Amino acid sequence: MTEQQTAQHVAEQPGASGAYQAHFRVWRGDTDGGALSDFTVEVHEGEVVLDIIHRLQATQAPDLAVRWNCKAGKCGSCSAEINGRPRLMCMTRMSVFERTETITVTPMRAFPVVRDLVTDVSFNYAKAREIPAFVPPPELGPGEYRMQQEDVGRSQEFRKCIECFLCQDTCHVVRDHEENKAAFAGPRFLMRIAELDMHPLDAAPESGIDRKRTAQDEHGLGYCNITKCCTEVCPEHIKITDNALIPLKERAADRKYDPLVWLGNKIRRRTE
Amino acid sequence: MAHVDRQTWDVVVVGAGGAGLRAAIEAREAGMRTAVICKSLFGKAHTVMAEGGIAASMGNANEHDNWQVHFRDTMRGGKFLNHWRMAELHAREAPDRVWELETWGALFDRTPDGRISQRNFGGHEYPRLAHVGDRTGLELIRTLQQKIVSLQQEDEKEFGAYDARLKVFQECTVTRVLTESKSGSATGSGKVSGTFCYERESGRFFVLEAPAVVLATGGIGKSFKVTSNSWEYTGDGHALALLAGAPLINMEFVQFHPTGMVWPPSVKGILVTESVRGDGGVLRNSDGKRFMFGYIPDVFKEKYAETEDEGDRWYEDPDHNRRPPELLPRDEVARAINAEVKAGRGSPHGGVFLDVSTRMPAEVIKRRLPSMHHQFKELADVDITAEPMEVGPTCHYVMGGVDVDPDTAAATGVPGLFAAGEVAGGMHGSNRLGGNSLSDLLVFGRRAGLYAAEYVTGLTARPAADPLQIDAAEAEALRPFSAEGEEREGAADRGPAENPYTLHQELQQAMNDLVGIIRKESEMFEALKRLADLRVRARRAGVEGHRQYNPGWHLAIDLRNMLLVSECVARAALEREESRGGHTRDDHPAMDRSWRNINLVCELADPQGDARAADPSLGQIRLARRETPPIRRDLLELFEKDELAKYLTDEELTR
Amino acid sequence: MHTPSRAAIPARHLRTDRWWLAPATTAAGLLAFIVYSTWRAFANADYYSAPYVSPFYSPCLAENCHTMRGGPNWEIFGSWWGLSPALLILIFPLGFRLTCYYYRKAYYRGFWASPPACAVAEPHKKYTGETRFPLILQNIHRYFFYFAVLVAGVLTYDTVLTFRDEHYAWGHMGLGSLVFLANIVLIWAYTLSCHSCRHIVGGRLRHFSKHPVRYRLWGWIGKLNERHMLLAWSSLISVALADFYVFLLASGAFADPRFF
Repeated sequence: MTEQQTAQHVAEQPGASGAYQAHFRVWRGDTDGGALSDFTVEVHEGEVVLDIIHRLQATQAPDLAVRWNCKAGKCGSCSAEINGRPRLMCMTRMSVFERTETITVTPMRAFPVVRDLVTDVSFNYAKAREIPAFVPPPELGPGEYRMQQEDVGRSQEFRKCIECFLCQDTCHVVRDHEENKAAFAGPRFLMRIAELDMHPLDAAPESGIDRKRTAQDEHGLGYCNITKCCTEVCPEHIKITDNALIPLKERAADRKYDPLVWLGNKIRRRTE
Repeated sequence: MAHVDRQTWDVVVVGAGGAGLRAAIEAREAGMRTAVICKSLFGKAHTVMAEGGIAASMGNANEHDNWQVHFRDTMRGGKFLNHWRMAELHAREAPDRVWELETWGALFDRTPDGRISQRNFGGHEYPRLAHVGDRTGLELIRTLQQKIVSLQQEDEKEFGAYDARLKVFQECTVTRVLTESKSGSATGSGKVSGTFCYERESGRFFVLEAPAVVLATGGIGKSFKVTSNSWEYTGDGHALALLAGAPLINMEFVQFHPTGMVWPPSVKGILVTESVRGDGGVLRNSDGKRFMFGYIPDVFKEKYAETEDEGDRWYEDPDHNRRPPELLPRDEVARAINAEVKAGRGSPHGGVFLDVSTRMPAEVIKRRLPSMHHQFKELADVDITAEPMEVGPTCHYVMGGVDVDPDTAAATGVPGLFAAGEVAGGMHGSNRLGGNSLSDLLVFGRRAGLYAAEYVTGLTARPAADPLQIDAAEAEALRPFSAEGEEREGAADRGPAENPYTLHQELQQAMNDLVGIIRKESEMFEALKRLADLRVRARRAGVEGHRQYNPGWHLAIDLRNMLLVSECVARAALEREESRGGHTRDDHPAMDRSWRNINLVCELADPQGDARAADPSLGQIRLARRETPPIRRDLLELFEKDELAKYLTDEELTR
Repeated sequence: MHTPSRAAIPARHLRTDRWWLAPATTAAGLLAFIVYSTWRAFANADYYSAPYVSPFYSPCLAENCHTMRGGPNWEIFGSWWGLSPALLILIFPLGFRLTCYYYRKAYYRGFWASPPACAVAEPHKKYTGETRFPLILQNIHRYFFYFAVLVAGVLTYDTVLTFRDEHYAWGHMGLGSLVFLANIVLIWAYTLSCHSCRHIVGGRLRHFSKHPVRYRLWGWIGKLNERHMLLAWSSLISVALADFYVFLLASGAFADPRFF
């Protein structure tokens, strides 16, 4: 873009008087290698980091790769790491930084890089497929489902998930140990198991799927050491650890480590 | 070109939003090997932005509701320009489509007796919107996504591969729908034979050969500067249909949602859900006045409250009070806000005030409007429980789209091409009611998938993909890499390479200023001139770098679609000399009954080549008028005679 | 961690904030408590000053316990037990806190650096989490919770006994009573806010609507549970303070001010 085009762009923005120059370091590269590149770029009042990345694209680096979509924190596409912290670029306001601060933007580090800020998140889609789906109760037809609000509330919290995969990125189990990826579903998909296990009408138990047991045996719940980074980075403020992972650990403990519960279930089943 | 990778499928669905995924599920369940192709990651489609709910007359909140009432509301909202058969099918089938979602794991908010809770929305007579807080679109997408995964799990058990019968090609773009050549020409409009696509990640081209293609690409909002739409909404499906030989209808009708954020600039246009008003939020101008009471049009006079007291009582007792005018159809509210701002009674950043803080306790706001609370807190640093929001109109939805058969969703003129959702035209008439979009996606997404499968089953031979077309499509897609400094034959192509970002900004500015919410003849002439100029310059849009994840290149390709669609909007808007729904003419402010049953049909003027695209004196789009079939008698009888007289001509009434 | 396919960023982390502050503070706080409690637990002295018994020594289960009339001392362990009686009982609160979901986070981060902070690489080559021995034993947290309830019951009894005077006559209240009262409230709040408790009370149910009372309890405990970290620390400090108060009284460094 030429200088006058940049100027025109600035003039379009109300409050352009509050504009300043910010220092950015953006990781550029691909699987063959890369490095942090320095940029000086204009910032206007009320902007977020994604706006600045777009300005870089439009003015200085037209082939800078970045994945984004809704720009309103609803789709979870623009996940990256800003000053070393996993965040959505569209929900990180520039006003949280000092004007003199150098802002470093890198791709998510737990996933293979495609190019620049874009990573290959297929790990997550593969894990999603390994979780057995909702099992509809065979005796109920469409329109016959009756559920109380208090019974759906817990799972609804987890369904707020926008699948930005920041929790998967920050979780040290796979972030720091690539070899654990095969055995560990990650917070997002352990939460999915919790969501289904708490669904008031999921008929998995009747169809022979024990979500509580498989969470530990097949999806790596035991790898989680509840250090809560997933909760810390969740842009939807879902209490992943307290409301999904720990309850799931307790449910697994019901199944595997609690003879009282085991005995109780045996007796109850016999008397039924 | 021989080296382009080819795969064979039965049905290809373009777009993985609500309509696309629903179509894919239906086609796969009908036994088709189905491919879904989408520009974003799977599960990120623009449908996630829908907040309010899914309109379906289940009658859970008010037992008087039924499909006839829903049909009536839809027709009224669309100012009777809707294709009545689509509105009928939509109203009849929406409840089943919602209930079906529950069997796939959706968790809607509940009524005290355990059924799906339904909320009020603009233009709907009864509480009708099934919802999950204000993130219904996310729930819809996630449910459909998880249903697809569950089908893939079945296939994995049966065939050992998740992708055996249903595959999602994510982050891929379709640039052409391929058709069987009729006369050996490169762009013949015979039967569909497949799609030409590229992977955004690698830039690799590939062809999906399939006898049926379902377009479910959504809308065109990215041609406008202030829009609630995401980057994907570049009118791809509209343009693909046109280029394949299928016409578009009703393209002049573009919905401006009355309440988009106006500040800060970077989020200008992002939606503020209508549920804010449905749940009790009110609009005020800078004088603190609830100005909507002054903007109730005659056709709606009997249906809306005249005093603030009556409007406020309605939230508690809807059977004995009329609803407040904040809940008028979107076009009315958008125009009213526009007028208030123009009259100098706007908010500091050029909108009006939308207030819930004085209407509900903070906890109620946080519970019922969680993502709005979150959105304003995080993006604008505004606490909506303590202060009003500033809002203004934003381009939100295009009512126009591919001309389809109302029952089968088959596109006119191109056998094997189907369209569903926002990309299809007709269902919403001149203006869409809130909540009718998500139900539209499900009802017609399913129909498109079903009839695409039926079409494929009925074929005796599969049309072959034409190698000439594939070569042409590849050359077209590669053009931006060779634009710089190149001297081509033909004067129009000469000149320096253009930055696609600049072109896009100019296009958005032109459409916003000249074909926006209020339209004038002179401005639209100007718009057509600018579009022609942009079209010529867009042929020189050049990009640097390589094909791997190159956003500049992607935009250069999308520009073709946006320019085509924008021309449709501008030409049709210029032609329709009345104001109706999402089309407001400053120079023809009244609704004209004689225009009601006229559809404006857009077709490619030069389907055989691109000579006209290169010539600024010509346009690419040819307009035709077409009458809609008369409304079936039993449907007409659902309305009072007096009301019909406002919309239908005397001749139509006596027929 | 870097693998060939990931972005080649050599730095262990790119955080610019003081991310080390939280784990360092946690580690320092826990260490301070460990040092103090080890000294007090092995001291076997200055833990009783009628009517106050240090929470570290209650219930007192050995023959060598100080005589506490009416107090919770039962001579389950005979004269052969020569060590401090505190060691017999501290195992339970120690086990409860060691397997507590909050403390696990605190010491995994603070002591084991696994991870030291979010998005800061951990120094270990391998990681198996709680999948195998010994950490798989964390799953028995709920048994420690059951014991913790019993211990909290005993400490409640101790608190009631602080309303006797040094001659075991009722109708006394000293500053120590207040200290004990504050401590027992925090102990209960911490114990009940436990994740296992939340699970047992209602979390394991599938249909809250069929168990309205348990649902309501679950909701209350959920509210407490949100403050589990705060309660973990404040009860840790209060129990040490209560013990220290008894130490001051028993060693004669300080006389308990009486209200009546």
